[in-house]
Amino acid sequence: MNLDAKIPAGPLADKWANHKAKLRLVNPANRCKYHVIVVGSGLAGGAAAATLGELGYQVSCFCYQDSPRRAHSIAAQGGINAAKNYQNDGDSARRLFLDTIKGGDYRAREANVYRLAQLSTSIVDQCVAQGVPFAREYGGLLANRSFGGAQVSRTFYARGQTGQQLLLGAYSALSRQIGLGSVRMHPRHEMLDVVLVGGHAKGIITRDLVTGEVKAHSADAVVLCTGGYGNVFYLSTNAQGCNVTATWRAHRRGAGFANPCYTQIHPTCIPVHGEDQAKLTLMSESLRNDGRVWVPKVAADCGRPPADIPEERRDYFLERKYPSYGNLAPRDIASRAAKEACDEGRGVGPAVDGKRLGVYLDFSASIARLGEGVIRERYGNLFDMYENITGENAYRQPMRIFPAVHYTMGGLWVDYNLQSTIPGLFVGGEANFSDHGANRLGASALMQGLADGYFVLPTTVADYLAGVGLAGRPSSDGPEFRAALKDVNDRVARVLSINGNRTARSYHKELGRIVWDRCGMARDRAGLERAIADIRGLREDFWRNVRVTGGADGLAPELERAGRVADFLEFGELMCRDALEREESCGGHFRTEHQDAGEARRDDGRFAHVAVWEWQGAGAAQRRHEEPLRYEEVQFSTRSYK
Amino acid sequence: MAADTPDRTLRLKLRVWRQRAGSPGAFEEHELAAVPVTASFLEMMDMLNEQLVRQGREAFAFDHDCREGICGMCSMTINGMPHGPIPGVTTCQLHMRNFRDGETITVEPWRARAFPVLKDLVVDRSGFDRVIQAGGFITVRTGSAPEANNTPVPKTVSDEAMDAAECIGCGACVASCKNGSAMLFVGAKVTHLSILPQGQPERERRALAMVKAMDEAGFGNCTNYGECQAHCPKSITLDVIARLNREYVRARVKEFFSTTGKPRKGGD
Amino acid sequence: MSDSSCQVCRPSSVGKKVVMAITGLVLAGFVLGHMSGNLLMFKGPAAIDAYAAWLHANPLLLWTSRIVLLLSAAAHVWAGVTLTLENRAARDGGPSVDATRRATLGSRTMPYTGLVLLAFIVFHLLHYTFQAAALGGQKFDSVYRMVVTGFSSAPVSVFYVVSMLLLCLHLGHGFSSLFQTLGLRNERWRGRLDRLSLAYAWIVALGFVSIPVAVLAGILK
Repeated sequence: MNLDAKIPAGPLADKWANHKAKLRLVNPANRCKYHVIVVGSGLAGGAAAATLGELGYQVSCFCYQDSPRRAHSIAAQGGINAAKNYQNDGDSARRLFLDTIKGGDYRAREANVYRLAQLSTSIVDQCVAQGVPFAREYGGLLANRSFGGAQVSRTFYARGQTGQQLLLGAYSALSRQIGLGSVRMHPRHEMLDVVLVGGHAKGIITRDLVTGEVKAHSADAVVLCTGGYGNVFYLSTNAQGCNVTATWRAHRRGAGFANPCYTQIHPTCIPVHGEDQAKLTLMSESLRNDGRVWVPKVAADCGRPPADIPEERRDYFLERKYPSYGNLAPRDIASRAAKEACDEGRGVGPAVDGKRLGVYLDFSASIARLGEGVIRERYGNLFDMYENITGENAYRQPMRIFPAVHYTMGGLWVDYNLQSTIPGLFVGGEANFSDHGANRLGASALMQGLADGYFVLPTTVADYLAGVGLAGRPSSDGPEFRAALKDVNDRVARVLSINGNRTARSYHKELGRIVWDRCGMARDRAGLERAIADIRGLREDFWRNVRVTGGADGLAPELERAGRVADFLEFGELMCRDALEREESCGGHFRTEHQDAGEARRDDGRFAHVAVWEWQGAGAAQRRHEEPLRYEEVQFSTRSYK
Repeated sequence: MAADTPDRTLRLKLRVWRQRAGSPGAFEEHELAAVPVTASFLEMMDMLNEQLVRQGREAFAFDHDCREGICGMCSMTINGMPHGPIPGVTTCQLHMRNFRDGETITVEPWRARAFPVLKDLVVDRSGFDRVIQAGGFITVRTGSAPEANNTPVPKTVSDEAMDAAECIGCGACVASCKNGSAMLFVGAKVTHLSILPQGQPERERRALAMVKAMDEAGFGNCTNYGECQAHCPKSITLDVIARLNREYVRARVKEFFSTTGKPRKGGD
Repeated sequence: MSDSSCQVCRPSSVGKKVVMAITGLVLAGFVLGHMSGNLLMFKGPAAIDAYAAWLHANPLLLWTSRIVLLLSAAAHVWAGVTLTLENRAARDGGPSVDATRRATLGSRTMPYTGLVLLAFIVFHLLHYTFQAAALGGQKFDSVYRMVVTGFSSAPVSVFYVVSMLLLCLHLGHGFSSLFQTLGLRNERWRGRLDRLSLAYAWIVALGFVSIPVAVLAGILK
């Protein structure tokens, strides 16, 4: 497997400019002759499709939702980072780069991260010009807030709905191109395979979710911006439809899968309330600015109403363990501390499955100091949402929170051009692995999605197209397409024919429990080995015993679910194997064998590399490859937030 | 108040709309024996579907995605109310503690000609996309944007734009309107873009094009019932409709007196 | 501009609403004026007859008003009928359970109150303008006498009173609504305009109603 990252030579700060100057171009008159497929319409996909269309390429964009405006980027709350230094607090592209590398626990690629930091400023310019209503100061200029893991204020935000506003900006640009005819939108379409011709990605197979039609589409290049795989855990903050199928199918066709064990667990989510729950809801990280996290000091107090527990019997564990960052410790650290408290039997809230999994996020001190009005103004919408879901008034009693799966740093391996190990197959946004290392800082996912979509992909895809020339595009009824179509149809027929006695959802739930328990916030060898065996058993049972009703004609939600669960059942095993092989703790990957009194212990000697997995065929174990991380500018050091 | 626990459950009778493409559709009755009051409405629908699949029957198709009230994908008219009985809340954020034990709940799709039923509770809302494609944007080529702080926007204007931009495009306004009108949706986008300085160059063109696309998509006309505002999960107000009316009239008047495209008389 | 000429023969939804609002404003203004004039009945035959004579002595004013009113009424009816039919079709039946949250009785009955008022106007013109109906074939020179005679018939008076109450319902929604349609309303002003509209509707309706009631009660004779 060729893992040449194609990092341009020269000083870090000049790499992108030098590289762009050398990339090949396509003559404007020729662009309309090239056809590019973009799968996914979130920040990365929507922005890439809009920009490629605007440049003159023929673009087809696919999404599973009923409209590109609904991609899950829309749910991001907090903000987007940009090194504008509007606050005059010493920010710069270099500072943002350093924070991101450190936040990622020294497992991200330097050159990519530096480019991201450089592009961050253009993103904000672009979004403002599109009419994104970012928060402003009374003078009319843009406002900023601070976010975890940084000592400067560089986060731009639109109330608690920054993702929504940025996505609607990208959606408006995309809509304009659709209206002009340069982008053809295919909503309610699911990608079920990538088609390779002569080793290059030249098309995809999709299922029209409304008519059920399975169809081949050919193109000169394929761009996947299909999001992360957090739903392997069944319960996560991801949307219900988020899935690994597109990237997994690409992996099975030869694309390397990088660092699948890097998953982000967000500390402030509403706890699980019951067996039939399908979704976990995030409460913005910003709440930790004014809320204090605590649990009772002794388990015996856990059943008492929080107001009855006196101050001296409370353990403000983040303030105790991390006095300098306190309640604003980074996500991975805050999450693990909450888990520890609950493992010690000091969790709060109603018991689910016999365990109380929750900690208090208490605003009473802030309300006493600032008044309820100020807190309502800052977080009113979040308190309302909390009350809708739990029926509890967080002005009167502390919120209950617990960590939940939120984001996945791993993804398809890409080089500096965001091209995967399959030539012609590009990957952007959360679907690739490139910029966040082992832990993502708040407000940087939106930045990465838009950097990839607006600025990187349109440039690097053009270089690829110029390289392959105009003769490259095969017909969509060539032998490779027919074979791929047959594969997809066979798989659909197979899953429908089983007619067993368990629902696809029940398998998904069970898979989720396995990976959450053993490949979640804390992992160890024995647990991971058992998880791998359990997942294999579950997968075999799935293919013998799943029941899918409703057939394959027209809208078939059970068939869609079964297909996605089947891929998660394969992917889950790889995630656990990756976690097993990475014998260190870094960022969101915490191996209990590798710690210093609860703090992650990296092993830079053995693991300062990207782990890339290569598909070896069905039934064979994937092969692990390494792309070494060579740091030219940054020194490895231990993260400390104490 | 003590937290609701999943132990408190409801017995429910459900009348759910079943419709296949090309057929008229009808209600089907089902019962759920024990729905925890802590479950969301969509989790209750999941339970119904699980029950159906276990019985070898077809699950109901319904739209849903983020389940945190922001993507706008979930729909469903619940007891005649788009997004159900609690104002300012989407179906996915509606929880079962708002229903009574033994209650019969009627669940049907958005009803409007412009939103044809695709299956069961799923409707086609692409009319909204076509309205945005016609003019719901500010034309700005990637990379051509000026430095962000070159254009100051008064905070009050920015806040008002944000109020309108919060629209999630779910279609409850159309579904609740007795005329099947999309004016709240279109008004929200026109308001958002027409009051920002960045949106000025295309202001008239946008209003005219979006109204035209709205009419072509088969939505009804606004007769100022106010049902849309009362059912909007983001509580967007009729102000945006007044603004759209004003923008439209302004654009028509400007267009009427415009000399664009005609030879000018006399010198410049 | 072929595009705009097409817009004139097939106006947009907003365009039709603007027609509705402007013609509605003309008609609402007219009913207030008409009602004020009618109140001269209480000043005695001389006052109202002099007012009628003055109107007829100014044919330009009279005919301009009549033409404007006729055109407004025609456009109002045309827009109303078109909007209603289009809206019915766009609604596609609606949900099987009615759960109205906010729409007022007045707003929901606009097409019906409108149609009754149209029928009323036709009758009213035949009755008092052309003196061709419900006056027992008599012709009057005195407006006062004509009105008293006309309203002496209880069924006719009841029809007038009911129609004016429907006018009240119609105006109660319409007068506030026209501000919304012309883009001259916001959340802050909505309550005030709604109250103004209600007051306007009741003043007009009660003013009109007072005359047949006074005739039946024997106050005007």
